[in-house]
Amino acid sequence: MDTTIRIINLTKKFGKVVALDHVSLVIEPGTFLTLLGPSGCGKTTLLRCVAGLEDPDGGEIFIGDKLIFSFDKGISLPPSQRELGLVFQNYALWPHMKVDKNITFALEIQKMSKDEMKKRVKESLKEVQMEGYEDRYPREMSGGQQQRIALARMLAYRPKIFLMDEPLSNLDARLRMDMRSEIKRLHHIAGATTIYVTHDQVEALTMSTNIAVMKEGVVQQFDPPDQVYHYPANLFVADFIGNPKVNLLEGEIDAQDLVDLGHINIKVNTYNASGKVVVGVRPEDIIVSTTPIPGAHEFAAYSVLPSGADSTIIARQKDIELTIRVMGISKIKMDEKIWVAFDPSTLNLYHKDSGNLITS
Amino acid sequence: MTALEVPRNSLSQRLTAGSRRFFRWLTRPQVVLSLLLIVIMFYMVIIPLYKLVQTTVTWQLVDVSRVEGAEEGELTLYHWTRMMTGIFGKIYTFTPLQHSLTVATGTVFLAMFIGGALAWLVVRTDMPGRKLINQLAVLPYIMPSWTLAQAWLVLFKNRTQGGSPGLFEFILGQSPPDWLSYGPVPIIICVALHYYTFFFLFVSAALMSIDSNLEEAGELMGAKRWRILRKITLPLVLPALLSGFIMTFSKALGTFGTPNILGSPVRYYVLSTMMRGSLAAGDKADAFVLGIVLILFSIVTISLNQKLIGTRRSYETIGGRGFVATPSKLRDWKKAIFVIVVIFQLAIVVIPIALLTYNTFLLRSGDFSFDNLTLQNWIGEANPDYNDGQPGVLLNPRIWKTAWNSIRLALLTALFSGLLGVLLGYSIVKGRGTRLSKLVEQMAYLPYVIPGIALGAVYIAMFSKPLGPIPSLYGTFALLVLVSIADKLPYSSRSGVSAMMQVGHELEEAAQIAGANVWQRFRRIIFPLTTAGFVSGFLLTFITVMRELSLIILLVNRDTQVLASQTMWYVENNLDQMANIVILILIFITVTGNLIIGRFRGGSLQKGLGSR
Repeated sequence: MDTTIRIINLTKKFGKVVALDHVSLVIEPGTFLTLLGPSGCGKTTLLRCVAGLEDPDGGEIFIGDKLIFSFDKGISLPPSQRELGLVFQNYALWPHMKVDKNITFALEIQKMSKDEMKKRVKESLKEVQMEGYEDRYPREMSGGQQQRIALARMLAYRPKIFLMDEPLSNLDARLRMDMRSEIKRLHHIAGATTIYVTHDQVEALTMSTNIAVMKEGVVQQFDPPDQVYHYPANLFVADFIGNPKVNLLEGEIDAQDLVDLGHINIKVNTYNASGKVVVGVRPEDIIVSTTPIPGAHEFAAYSVLPSGADSTIIARQKDIELTIRVMGISKIKMDEKIWVAFDPSTLNLYHKDSGNLITS
Repeated sequence: MTALEVPRNSLSQRLTAGSRRFFRWLTRPQVVLSLLLIVIMFYMVIIPLYKLVQTTVTWQLVDVSRVEGAEEGELTLYHWTRMMTGIFGKIYTFTPLQHSLTVATGTVFLAMFIGGALAWLVVRTDMPGRKLINQLAVLPYIMPSWTLAQAWLVLFKNRTQGGSPGLFEFILGQSPPDWLSYGPVPIIICVALHYYTFFFLFVSAALMSIDSNLEEAGELMGAKRWRILRKITLPLVLPALLSGFIMTFSKALGTFGTPNILGSPVRYYVLSTMMRGSLAAGDKADAFVLGIVLILFSIVTISLNQKLIGTRRSYETIGGRGFVATPSKLRDWKKAIFVIVVIFQLAIVVIPIALLTYNTFLLRSGDFSFDNLTLQNWIGEANPDYNDGQPGVLLNPRIWKTAWNSIRLALLTALFSGLLGVLLGYSIVKGRGTRLSKLVEQMAYLPYVIPGIALGAVYIAMFSKPLGPIPSLYGTFALLVLVSIADKLPYSSRSGVSAMMQVGHELEEAAQIAGANVWQRFRRIIFPLTTAGFVSGFLLTFITVMRELSLIILLVNRDTQVLASQTMWYVENNLDQMANIVILILIFITVTGNLIIGRFRGGSLQKGLGSR
């Protein structure tokens, strides 16, 4: 079956607040799409609209050729007819049912045979590595285990599309790490089109095949993770993605390939641009040296923060501050003189006024 | 991302789309339920209120023979002018109103003092036996409200009104003064000793949620204990005091039993007793004018207090988590205070019950000597020499029927209220934020501002004639059930909402995604998860309906008599011993019920009332 999800001009308002503002996305079969953005950006609303738990105020949604929602035609299929599964942030396991009942609930409604149901429970528990937990009540399990059961519950009735609403945000850091690889694995095996909501950029970058970054109900960028990371479409995305944060340096293009930052000029690739711009450079893309190198600018190490695998160096020159990331434990001392250089191919230029990426 | 251009649809297409969307909205479970509940509540609350007002401004059948030119059913201000002006207005409206306000005000202050002090002692001090006191403190509320009034008469009855003397006169040989036997003083004392429970529960809940670090901070800064109490503790419990104030004031304003026992014999009428008098005299419209006055005063108090609470509410959650409660040290006073509290509790619970019990064994009223003791009142055969020929209570088939009525009424009301509560909770919580949900919530809240006796009056007005699909219910048992459900609506809705809040919308949505239809979702998810709330609400309603008097006193007749109204019938026929037996039966049932509630986790009277 074709599980392409086509979202066209989807709009949703809560009173005067516009939660989704003409959102359009085409999600190819087998995609692991992450909806990423700060709280209140509309990502959960979008997911709930696809699930059929919210009725949008405009637009259309198709799954394959099937029209599941159309405002103009007045069509909205109930969630049960959309053949999708949803994992909730707080697991939403039914507390009065044991694990097996939680899993078979949907199967009973489909009037599946007892034997088949038993088989499905076994299979799905195996898939989430929770064999033997059939007789537990949700309250008798840890948060991580409950989340696995919630996944198993969804897997058991084999939906065509997986929807997940911040499923890992209630887990501690270590468990989250484990579950990330589990969920990625499950997606790999099942191959189901997945929409995954999160505000955690690391989750988005590590798990997805595509990321849609959202802000105030509008999709800012819809691209594969490396594209989102290396070529953020605008200043919001550049600033939102990456840890430590991207360096954003305001300046003015004076010659064809020089940006004047005030005290220093940096060389950029030729762009058909002029006027005020913002240069975006990732901390790990800055070249740093303790000895002078040609074309480099002299900075002082304001603070050095080693963290094992890498170190963060805050460098200053007058009012310009740079965050630099180097591998390993840095030998640079605080207040030491350092020289920094930029590789033009790693720099992104943005219009200062619109905030949009300038493409060559 | 830019918007794609979508071709405009034709008018007919847009119309079908619009009607589909409307139909989908209409068939959402919370919308269907809300609309259904609104219709039900419209019948149960709005129409009766309308009828009440309408009756007061139209000529009644009784007026036709009495007033020239009166035409039954025509509009007139006759009843209002009659009840509001001249000597008639003074006697029938303003004096009772003044009495009602006196009783309510006196009650509030006495109850606040008792309830507040007890709460502080139990929650905030190192007084011994605090758990015991905590349990005992709610007992007076579980007993019927007029128990204390009856006990009071056993003790302080005097012969100014004829009849037999009380124990006081029997022992001292001297008649107690009138002000001590009847009128505002005993009424206020007896009503306050019943309703102080509200203050006790609200204030102890508030005190428990206050971090005593706040008080200690004051202490560290060198403030004296009294100053801390006044400047820190008191402002923090103010919202609780105000809630207690509303509850107590509006309840005391409409209370019927106690003023009827302790006021009516000396013609100290309050609005509720005067209403009953007017009705008995056949002046329905006049009685309803009093009912409206009562409702108006209740509304004014409640809205006034809500305004005050509204601005203070921000205090309520202070220190909600991880607080430290260090008890205040009573030091040398510890034992003395404990003894005083215990004596007080005995005086308001044990002694009244003992007096009532002793009284039930007296053959002739007023003779408390041992050779006058008998079981005649309990199990005697009918004998024209005693009790106007009434048989002993336990042998009287009418009493058994009455008891069955009481139980039936309480069970049915509790069942329907519980069910209605779940549905109300679902509609309100699921639709939260929509106008429909707000409307449902407000309608369910409406009976809260109508004192019980006025609600009873409303129901006479409504169902005396067939109305729409509903036949005339006047004098039927169904009417009692209906009015009791209406009276409990605010409570049902509150407990339903709090039960539903705990369920969380994802649990239902998960079932929806899994393909469950509305009925499957209710049966397998929502009902099972709200059972605990349903059961405790059920029992609490059972108890409160069991001993409800004001609400149904205007509606009962020979066939629909319940235990509570039966006691009044005995009282009014000077059969005090038999009235007291019935009161004891009622106490037995309600106390047993409360013990059962205690067995259910999370279902104590404290919690039930606290959620209101």
